[in-house]
Amino acid sequence: MLGGMTAVTLHQFLPLPLAIVLAVVLTMIVGAVIEIVFIRWLYKPSVLRMVIITIGVSILIREIALHIWGNAVRALPYFTGSAISSINLGGVYVSSQVLWVVAIGAVAVAALTAFFTMTMLGRQMRACAANRDAARLCGIDTGNMVTLSFVLSAAIGAVGGCVVCPITYVQYDSGTPLAIKGFTVAILGGLGNSTAAVGAGMILGILESFSIWVLPTAYKEAISIAILLAILFVKPSGIFGSAEAARLKEF
Amino acid sequence: MARRYVPVAAFAGLIVAIQLATLATGTGYHLTQLTMTAYYSLVTVGLCMLIGYAGQISLGHAGFFAVGGYVTAFLTTWNLNLHQGAFVSLLGNSGALVSRTDLYGGSLLTIHPWPACAAAILLAVAIAYLVGGPVLKLKGHYLAMATLGIGIIVYRIVLGTEFLGAADGISEVPGFPLPAGLVITGDAASRIPNYYLAWGLVILGMVLLLNLIHSRVGRALSAVHGAEDAAGAMGIPTARYKLNVFVLSAVFAAMAGVFLTHYNGGIGPSEAGVMKSVRYVAIVAIGGMANLWGSLSMSLVLNYLSLRGYFGTYDDTVFGVILILIMLFAPDGLLRRHLISDLKRVVSRNPVEEEAP
Repeated sequence: MLGGMTAVTLHQFLPLPLAIVLAVVLTMIVGAVIEIVFIRWLYKPSVLRMVIITIGVSILIREIALHIWGNAVRALPYFTGSAISSINLGGVYVSSQVLWVVAIGAVAVAALTAFFTMTMLGRQMRACAANRDAARLCGIDTGNMVTLSFVLSAAIGAVGGCVVCPITYVQYDSGTPLAIKGFTVAILGGLGNSTAAVGAGMILGILESFSIWVLPTAYKEAISIAILLAILFVKPSGIFGSAEAARLKEF
Repeated sequence: MARRYVPVAAFAGLIVAIQLATLATGTGYHLTQLTMTAYYSLVTVGLCMLIGYAGQISLGHAGFFAVGGYVTAFLTTWNLNLHQGAFVSLLGNSGALVSRTDLYGGSLLTIHPWPACAAAILLAVAIAYLVGGPVLKLKGHYLAMATLGIGIIVYRIVLGTEFLGAADGISEVPGFPLPAGLVITGDAASRIPNYYLAWGLVILGMVLLLNLIHSRVGRALSAVHGAEDAAGAMGIPTARYKLNVFVLSAVFAAMAGVFLTHYNGGIGPSEAGVMKSVRYVAIVAIGGMANLWGSLSMSLVLNYLSLRGYFGTYDDTVFGVILILIMLFAPDGLLRRHLISDLKRVVSRNPVEEEAP
């Protein structure tokens, strides 16, 4: 939401690519500031405490956004083409923005996978997630890793917001449902597995879209949350995650 | 035993004093918000029991509040004249129906508020039992997200359902008749009796909870809160106690929903919103988690200020900030039970740092 809104605002006096890059950078800074101000200095915070703090922070951001931008619905222009143009893909007409979303999503997943498996920093971060104390013993600065993970997820969220908002529009309160859906997808895919999360995201999206065949559209969001609950009740390690790996994590 | 009731009596005295103060200054209109505050306080003390004494969090209590409010609102405004049948006449013969005239002079045949209230609370209990079992097995952020999810599902359902009024909610809910000619309604004429009814209900709830805390159940709960595995090893059925407290707090929320809906004459989907749930949790947090009196007094102050509109457009922000600050600086809650002794210890160790709260 923050990424999309910032990009819309910046686009008023900047070209589109520059506005998006700047919006992503700004959102990353906000992510870092949130982590440093609210999380970093706590001594061994419990997960529940962090969850409640982040919920409070998200309310704060939402309310600040409301006071800055008002409750108007905004959108970026389509990256290429316009809202009515479409591209013929073997007899199927698809809006060009949809292709942008798919492409950027694919790039993001590929980049994340590469980051987590190939770079030193990515491996350090995974070590930190698996066992914080052991990671610290190996000389990894766990505090910085947590900040970095906040920055990284803020950046991905901002990119997602920018790419999707020409289609879905953006508003001061459009972040909360996305956060819950994001959590659902992350759990569904098994935490810390970005490739499986994409598969889980597709499953959730398709289920949600098809649910309007049988149920009113207004229940769409309730469906995705009901799926979240069902997974939490039956298999908290996620469809693609292994139960053993989940048990080893601290949360 | 009597010592436990000293604060109860003091609180009742405070309630009377507030009423007399508004009477003396001619500001009786404050009582309307204070009555609404009382019903919200009922949710808060129930949630305090769950968070503070059973150690489980619920970010979905506005959902239970809405279940209570919506069921009673729907049943008492649903015109059965349009649905004649064997079941309706059976209800009529058993005295569960009441007919009245609506705003436009047409005749309405609806379910009486008492059976409607019973149905609302039964539904809340059923939902709480159904979801409480699996939900309370979860821990940490899974528990928080699951309860948040339940709240959002209720919100989405009331927002998206046509016969529940969708975004408009349900209005023109009749008053709730009590014996001795009393009615729970928002009429300005019955403002004072309603004020006492609402706070009387809160005091009744407090007495119930206080007795519960000082009983075997309460001691078992504090064992569960302190160390769940150890409590289980001592032979305390931890899962059952947690579930029962969850259901109890859901009943408190649903009852508050029922009576506030009758008092306001309607209910809207915003009562089920996430912000309401967060607000209840924030109040319990600032009230000191395991401190019923702290939660009650904070609920009285904050809900009243919020309902009178003192926070303006920053209403949600205030509660968000409260939640963050409490969780950052005092994760055990602000007005906790050992606050005084903690302060004394701090003061005696280094007398310079005396400027604390």
